[in-house]
Amino acid sequence: MQQSTRALTLTLAAAALLLLAFPFAESKFYTQLLSKIMIMAIFAMSLDLLVGYTGLISLGHAAFFGLAGYAVALMTPQYEAPDLWTSLPAAVGLCAAFALVTGFLVLRTSGVYFIMVTLAFAQMLFFLFHDTKLGGGSDGIYIYIKPEIRLGETSLLNLDDARHFYYFVWIMMIAVYGFLRTVLRSTFGHALLGIKTNEHRMRALGFATFRYKLAAYVLSGALAGLAGYLAALQFGFVNPEILSWHQSGAVLMMVILGGMGTLFGPVIGAFAFVLLQEMFSNQAVLGAFAKHWQLLMGAAVILVALYLPGGLAGLLARPGRKKAIEADDG
Amino acid sequence: MGDPILRTEGLTKRFGGLTAVDRVSLELYVGQVHAVIGPNGAGKSTLTNLLSGDLPPTSGSVWYRGRDLAGLKSDEISRLGVGRSYQKTNIFLPFTVFENCRLAAQSRTPHAWRIFRRAEGFADINRLAEEAMEAAGLAARRDRVAATLSHGEQRQLEIAMCLATRPRVLLLDEPLAGMGPHESLRIVELIGRLAADHAIMLIEHDMEAVFSVAGHLTVMVNGEVLESGEPEAVRASPAVQMAYLGGEELLDV
Repeated sequence: MQQSTRALTLTLAAAALLLLAFPFAESKFYTQLLSKIMIMAIFAMSLDLLVGYTGLISLGHAAFFGLAGYAVALMTPQYEAPDLWTSLPAAVGLCAAFALVTGFLVLRTSGVYFIMVTLAFAQMLFFLFHDTKLGGGSDGIYIYIKPEIRLGETSLLNLDDARHFYYFVWIMMIAVYGFLRTVLRSTFGHALLGIKTNEHRMRALGFATFRYKLAAYVLSGALAGLAGYLAALQFGFVNPEILSWHQSGAVLMMVILGGMGTLFGPVIGAFAFVLLQEMFSNQAVLGAFAKHWQLLMGAAVILVALYLPGGLAGLLARPGRKKAIEADDG
Repeated sequence: MGDPILRTEGLTKRFGGLTAVDRVSLELYVGQVHAVIGPNGAGKSTLTNLLSGDLPPTSGSVWYRGRDLAGLKSDEISRLGVGRSYQKTNIFLPFTVFENCRLAAQSRTPHAWRIFRRAEGFADINRLAEEAMEAAGLAARRDRVAATLSHGEQRQLEIAMCLATRPRVLLLDEPLAGMGPHESLRIVELIGRLAADHAIMLIEHDMEAVFSVAGHLTVMVNGEVLESGEPEAVRASPAVQMAYLGGEELLDV
């Protein structure tokens, strides 16, 4: 098992480094597309903490994603760039606070009710921004100028530059992965897996499971907020669509497609989902049928659900797992 | 023997029209195994669930070290020092034996929120887990996934997990069910040893085991206590002879 784990780690590290080299070879279009995918990967990893490691299936995760986007847009005076040092912690902090408050309520439910209540909270936010003038209604608001970090005269990081933005997002994605891996290896992470596996037994052992679930919910919401913040900066505008249940559904599909409970699976899922979406909706590839890309997307998800129960990550991890069990029996 | 560490007063649980536990009053003492026997459906498991907080009583009360446990949830009762094992094996099947015990031990320590340190890196937790595995006879199975254990070994793990939480009161719900004779003997011996500094409530159908370790015996029928007292006196009671086990099995011991 050690060997296959190492092989997997090396594969993932190689893929991450390959991504690092990418902007030098390819066009701006693909650099931006990959930035978008890496943002979705952060979003999907944050959801995996709930779905794959705590056993909480949320269908309202876009609430945090969109809330952070609106937070940075509303905090920024028009025709000025958002200040990275204040707006990023503020947006992420707001999402954590929103998760803490809503978590107190949604975590009193479980199973299908949990799905419904998380969806309901996200829809409330959607209609708050859709039906009021708070965030420009259904048109949304623009962020015209992107943040820049300067040291004297030299620009250290200019997020208006596609490459700079790409590397900024890459660092964030790696940092989130490393952070979550560390957390999941801790006593806290092990307790979450225990709750996912058998919550009743965890309580009997003396774990106040509600607190653990709430902490996971807040952490997950905050990281989803980080993704939403980055997305708002990349696209330069936010509208209610980023809070809609389509968005919550898409990120859940990325997690399932990639393989929940693996952390790297949802990253693969984000790549697969967005790239498939690009391909299926590309008229140059599929002609007039590209209009109906969601049909093909649905078919792809069904195929994975039927034939790859462990998601795409299962393709990478499965041989190792089999070997481990055989070695154990022998 | 001093004050009971745990006692119940008129403990009652109704499910709709059915009274599963009917005005049960009993006392558990440190240093004593209190066996509860009775036919299936007598309310023994429900009684355990009431003591552990898995179910709230309809009426009556549970006192632990002079404290009324009313309204406390199962995790709070567990942290106070009341541990239980389940009649139906209730373990973490995908985890290793060690991780099952480690997780149980972890619930007792203040390390839960140290999120940047590996879970396996706490010597005090690991030691509790190792001791519990050793006591339950599972040290050789340390790295096996729980799902791959035999039924009897899973029962042993059930007890090991309970021990890893360092309880003062042990509620053991048919710990020997499904165990082979060798493991059974081992667990009976373990219960005897633990009785020295724990209060134990033992629900068990194996009469040989019950009479070898019990210092006090309660017989339940239809949710009510039929007889309670010294095991030999209870065994001789005509009411017990009539109502339970058709006389034979109890006399054979």
